[in-house]
Amino acid sequence: MLVVPFLICFPFLVSILMFCIRVNKVRNAIAYISALVIMGGVAVLVIQWIMGGQKPIALYYDTHIVDMIMLGAELLLMVIVTILCFKYKRYWISLLTIVPTLMLAWLELFGPETERINHIYIDHLAILMCIIVGLIGGLIIIYAVGYMHGYHHHHLEFQDRRYYFFMLLFLFLGAMFGFVLSSSLNWIDLFWEMTSVCSFLLIGYTKTDEAIENSFRALWMNLLGGTALAVGIVYLSLTYGNLNLQTIVSRGPYYNSITLCIALFAFAALTKAAQLPFSKWLMGAMVAPTPSSALLHSATMVKAGIYILFRLSPAMSGTTTGMMVAFVGGFTFLAASLMAIAQSDGKKVLALSTVSNLGLMTACAGVGQAETLWAGVFLMIFHAISKSLLFQDIGATENAMHSRDVEDMHGLIYRLPRLGQFMFIGIVGMFLAPFGMLISKWSALRASVDEGNIILVVFICFGSATTLFYWTKWLNKLISSTEEGPIKDITKRNEMISLTIHAGLMVALCILFPLLSKIYVEPLLSEMFGTAVSVLPQSLLYVLVIIIMVVFLVPLIAYRYMKRIRTNEKPSYMHGVNEGDNRSFTDSFGKPKELVLSNWYFKNYFGQRKLMFPCSMIAAAVIMVMLSVIVGGALL
Amino acid sequence: MTSVISVICFLVLAPFVGGLLEGLERKISARMQGRVGPPVLQPFYDVRKLMNKQTIVVNKAQTLLIVTFFILQIFTGCLFYAGSDIMLCFFLLSTGATFLVFAGSVTYSPSSTLGANRELLQMMAYEPAVLLACVGFYLANKTFNVSEIIGAHNSSILYLPGFFIAYVFILTIKMRKSPFDLSTSHHAHQEVVKGITTELGSRNLALYQITEWYENVFLLSVLGLFIVNSNPISYVVAVVVVLAVWFLEILIDNTSARVKWYVLLRVTWIVTSLAAGINLLILMITRRKLL
Repeated sequence: MLVVPFLICFPFLVSILMFCIRVNKVRNAIAYISALVIMGGVAVLVIQWIMGGQKPIALYYDTHIVDMIMLGAELLLMVIVTILCFKYKRYWISLLTIVPTLMLAWLELFGPETERINHIYIDHLAILMCIIVGLIGGLIIIYAVGYMHGYHHHHLEFQDRRYYFFMLLFLFLGAMFGFVLSSSLNWIDLFWEMTSVCSFLLIGYTKTDEAIENSFRALWMNLLGGTALAVGIVYLSLTYGNLNLQTIVSRGPYYNSITLCIALFAFAALTKAAQLPFSKWLMGAMVAPTPSSALLHSATMVKAGIYILFRLSPAMSGTTTGMMVAFVGGFTFLAASLMAIAQSDGKKVLALSTVSNLGLMTACAGVGQAETLWAGVFLMIFHAISKSLLFQDIGATENAMHSRDVEDMHGLIYRLPRLGQFMFIGIVGMFLAPFGMLISKWSALRASVDEGNIILVVFICFGSATTLFYWTKWLNKLISSTEEGPIKDITKRNEMISLTIHAGLMVALCILFPLLSKIYVEPLLSEMFGTAVSVLPQSLLYVLVIIIMVVFLVPLIAYRYMKRIRTNEKPSYMHGVNEGDNRSFTDSFGKPKELVLSNWYFKNYFGQRKLMFPCSMIAAAVIMVMLSVIVGGALL
Repeated sequence: MTSVISVICFLVLAPFVGGLLEGLERKISARMQGRVGPPVLQPFYDVRKLMNKQTIVVNKAQTLLIVTFFILQIFTGCLFYAGSDIMLCFFLLSTGATFLVFAGSVTYSPSSTLGANRELLQMMAYEPAVLLACVGFYLANKTFNVSEIIGAHNSSILYLPGFFIAYVFILTIKMRKSPFDLSTSHHAHQEVVKGITTELGSRNLALYQITEWYENVFLLSVLGLFIVNSNPISYVVAVVVVLAVWFLEILIDNTSARVKWYVLLRVTWIVTSLAAGINLLILMITRRKLL
């Protein structure tokens, strides 16, 4: 299994190369090739694993030298972050990196002897994460090459530091691979901190005041989670003496000390998954160039939090920690989708919908049943592809029409046909096609009812109503007819390649997901929960196939049919004499008056300013109370 | 076999039942207002006339969106009568309704687009109650399957009075009755003309009309599902209850004025969370005790 260290180390090597090469063309070529090599590496890993019978693989038991290198890397990260904190006069944040790092360093060098463990663990979930990181991440890099070229063309006010940008992207991918493949908690912590720091640097890329402000917000929130993780690790090694994620999950329910650690890890995951009250860092991440938003939102960063929650999920089922996670997730699902209604900036809508979807996944993990986790895993797959597609698309749209406001996307499907259609596919794939709206709700609701989690049932019911609202009104804008002429599509070829592959994947996933469930996700669950689960009843499956046919085929057939028959087209009724172009009517002075229609936003009811603070407070209060209960229960 | 028969019955009979109910409704409304009112079969005459007219559209896409709406709504009812999953039925219903919203907003006509936005708001208002009703059925019968719910020993309403109230409440929205007929109204004095249906003409309007009939029959059937149990007499009771609720809706329609959107949203959500929420709480607590 040489491919495992290759996948982790290769992106790091490339990132050094990226930093060193200052000739754009050469660097771009290497970025392309490296992205393809990473995808190839993932393919090799998957094939080797399948040849090995899809069994869990545990590797690397004796890793003293590597441990020391890791420690060095961790100290280096600490020094970098501390320097930056002092440079920008945020002194206290440096404490959040110094304290945990020194704690772990002490543990590594002078700590008690722990059980001998494997450091790498490959199973269904890890493989799935590798595919997401490799495939989506790789495509985002291909997209980024074209996008960043145009970005620095338009934004001359920012210093062109593409070498630095691509260095961070590859570093990020390497850290993610390391994160999902590790099972040693020490290793996980290093990669965890690495993703935190990478996202911090990516958000601050433009060095504007806003970017710096937001990047430090992201930094302290994520480092706070990292601190909780480190405290958990130290406590675990002192009391229990085993630092393997799989072991503690399987032994979780029987030991008090492990319960406490799981609560701390879950807390850390909540910060990384941008759940309330920590959602603001992900919102602030929007100031960075689009590829980094796409990467943070779909393939990396936030998925790291969800991944840890999924791992812990069997151990959280029915515990206070599980209740806390489920509550915070469900609450975030509802609150973020309400706030998304009031947003007209496309990227902000996407950001809030990410937070909201992550909330649903978090809630699924918190309930900790095979059924909810099934929904959670599928949500994660759908979300990764759809969000990556939508972010890239909105970036390309912004380049073409110099706005990313949903109101300006009026009739986009006619004005920028390809980008408009991709956007349509992305949104429909996420919430309208059978999976998003129905199946996740179906299994999440059923499992929460079985678990007796009333509040979560209510959150899901209301949250799905608000989700429907903000997505559909966006779709309305896209398809609304317009007399405006087409916009010149200046999307680069590589951007288009990435977008097309994403859209294809999205459609394929919508159609093939019952198959995917059978051959992949159900084995994944039986591996995690130890029992065979079949979530999707066979009868439902057939019905779903029919629905997909109807949703996708009927418009298609009707469209073909419509083309042939002649219909009588007339101007619309405008409450005044239509000037003949459906755009303006004759007003009471006899002059043409242009008609402008806009969507509903309810800013005074659901605006972020109104809701963010109280919602954050509620979530923070719940987390604090529950954590105190858990800590108290474990220590007393 | 029975499921095939009931699906065929639904397909054939639903438009007649729906049309007849609408005719009767117009008659009753007229009598409430002291008018004679149109003949009971008037809705059928209207649809026949619309069918024979030339199709005029603002945007060609309208027709195909309305056709999709039509097919999905009928499919919803078929699934219900085939005894399938109730949550699946409501999911399809919402998907279909989304296509209607698309058909309204694709035109960029002011009344139609406003109507479409309002329709969307109404969907947001009633969706929680609908989903909670599904959860209620699951709690009462341990299954989402209609075929198993109707075979239960006790009527679901014994466990689900709160859910029933919430469902009746949102039925006012779903059946486009005043005070909640924001998106389009059966009455002629709508401030946005005919709202979402303003730009639908001739065959498209006829199709929309027939779809509404199917939809109403489906919605009232779900109402009946609260009553029905393994005892055949319960079916008679169900029909009586459905007709009583239907009459109540007409009464409400004729005695109340249209409200603003935030009143609609607020009142619906409050009623949903109070009626269905408290019912849910009680059910879950008692269930846990039983376990």
